[in-house]
Parts: sequence; structure tokens; C-alpha cells
Amino acid sequence: MNESQKAFLDGVRAEIPLLIGVFPFGMIYGALALNAGLSVFASQMMSSIVFAGSAQFITAQLVQDSAPGFVIILTIAVVNLRHMLYSASLAPYLKHLSTKWKFLLSYLLTDEAYAPTALHYEEKGVTSNGHWFLLGAGISLWTIWQVSTALGIFLGARIPEELPLDFALPLTFIAMLVPILKKRPMIAAALSAGTTALLAYSLPFKLGLILAALVGIIVGTVLERRIFPKGML
Amino acid sequence: MNIWLVMLIGGLITFGLRFSLIYLFGRFEVPETMRRALHYVPPAVLSAIIVPELLIRDGSVSLSLENIRLLAGIIAIITAWVSRNTLLTILTGMAALLIIGWL
Repeated sequence: MNESQKAFLDGVRAEIPLLIGVFPFGMIYGALALNAGLSVFASQMMSSIVFAGSAQFITAQLVQDSAPGFVIILTIAVVNLRHMLYSASLAPYLKHLSTKWKFLLSYLLTDEAYAPTALHYEEKGVTSNGHWFLLGAGISLWTIWQVSTALGIFLGARIPEELPLDFALPLTFIAMLVPILKKRPMIAAALSAGTTALLAYSLPFKLGLILAALVGIIVGTVLERRIFPKGML
Repeated sequence: MNIWLVMLIGGLITFGLRFSLIYLFGRFEVPETMRRALHYVPPAVLSAIIVPELLIRDGSVSLSLENIRLLAGIIAIITAWVSRNTLLTILTGMAALLIIGWL
């Protein structure tokens, strides 16, 4: 196995726990979209054309409420604004790639593909095969998203209530977050972002998440400057 | 507006947001402060996702012992802290949720 294949498989492996959590969401989305009045084909295709969980949920809801098209489009844009942060965060590691690769990887850049990849890059730095990791994480998520959407469309969201599989998602994020909280600025970034997320929870369109992320990033960066003045790192 | 047109434009915007800085970074020199700041995106985003997942129940903050997701989450955080093992953290957190919910 060469280095690229190895990186690809590492990406798939890192994604597996997230897939468990994503599966029920895909099914619920499929059932919801159909219920909202979208055709089978449109419900399924949204999962590959938009390919963004929360935006798809909200779109289905807005279609059901017969919201005007431009409102739906604007909502999708605002809900997905956070992806710009992910784009910036991974950009230094993907700088050397061809535009074709950048196209493909950008299409696959969801929350769930971003999280394991960002941590992998933080640990390994810029490598020549790193993009294969994101491809592995992204493609496995994409596949599961399509399959779970289809199952939701055809079976309805038949997830037993007693089996809270959706909890696998926050649990995986916990497993990712805790080990990187080593230095004080990192801890402060996480704490301030978490607190802001709670305070700003009632903001619509995931704006609370963006605001919280920005607060965390600023707090971490400012503290790093204080603790490790220029030139020390 | 046709739903297909809405999906297409929505999809293009989503792609554009994801592509934007990956594309621009190769073309401009990025300031040092910005580079440093980007290292804080993962902890900030992860925490901003996790905390409301654990603490918000039915639309408001719940700090009580009734909030089993919070309790299971705390157990998962401790497991992650001690073991630094992803699989163990998920399994323990899930088991904790099921057991506490069953009690």
C-alpha cells in the first residue's frame, strides 16, 4: 500500500464514528423532505447538490412552509457561512494542490469531514499526501449521506427511540476536542466558544455557532500572543 | 421559483463558501496573525457544537441531573481525558447514556 492509499484509509477510519451519528440524520432528512412535499428525486438529489445536513433540513422545512425561493437560497447561504471558516482553516494544507483537487475537496468539505481532517493536519503539518485523508473522510461521509437519505425516503425515519445513535456525533467531537486541549490558549478558546454558543443559542441560522467560533478564535489568538510573545514560537 | 433552481443556486453558494479560501490562499500571502488564528478554528468550532448539544434541552439550558445527555457527556469527557482513545470515549458515552436513561 502506498502513502496516498494509506492516508485515504486513515481518513475513512477517522470518519467511521461520525458516520454512525450521521446515519440517523440522513434518514430523518429523507423522510422529512418527502413529507415536506419534495419529490423522491428532488429529495435524494438535494443530498448531492447541496450536500449540507443542516441546510437541507431547513430547506425542507421552508419548502413545506411555501417560503419564496430567494428566502430559501439566502437561508442556505447564511447557514453554510461557517464553511468559509473551515475553508480558511484547511487552506494552508491544500495550497499545493491543482484546482481540480481543490474543487473536489471543497465539494466534500462538510462539518463532519472537516473536524477529523483539521485535527489530523494540526498533528501532521503539511504533507504531500494529506489531501488523501480529506478525500477518504469526505467520500465515506458522502456515500453514507446518500444511502441514509435514500433509506429515509423509502422507509421513513425508522430509528428506534431507545437507540440514540445521534448522540454518537457529539461524543465523537468530544473525543476529538479533549486531546487537543493541552495549552492554555487552546483551553481558553474552547471554553469561550462553548460559553458563547450557549449565550447565543437563540440566534437563528447557526449564527450562534459562527459567533462562538469567532470568539474562541480571537480569545485563543490574543492569549497566545500574551503567553508566547512574537518570536518565541 | 422552481425547487431545482433553488437547490442548484443553494448548492453553488455552499460550494463557493467551501471553495473560497482554499482557492484564495494559494494566490495571496497570508498574514502571520491570521495563520496563528486558524489553529484555533478546530477547538472553537468543536466546543461550539458540543456544549449546546449537551446543555440545551427543549430550547433552554438544562443544568439538572435530569439532563442525561449532560451526564453522559461529562463521563465521555473524563474518559477522553484519561484514555485519549476515540472509540473508548464513544462507547463509554453511549453506554452511559443508555444506562442512565434506563435507571
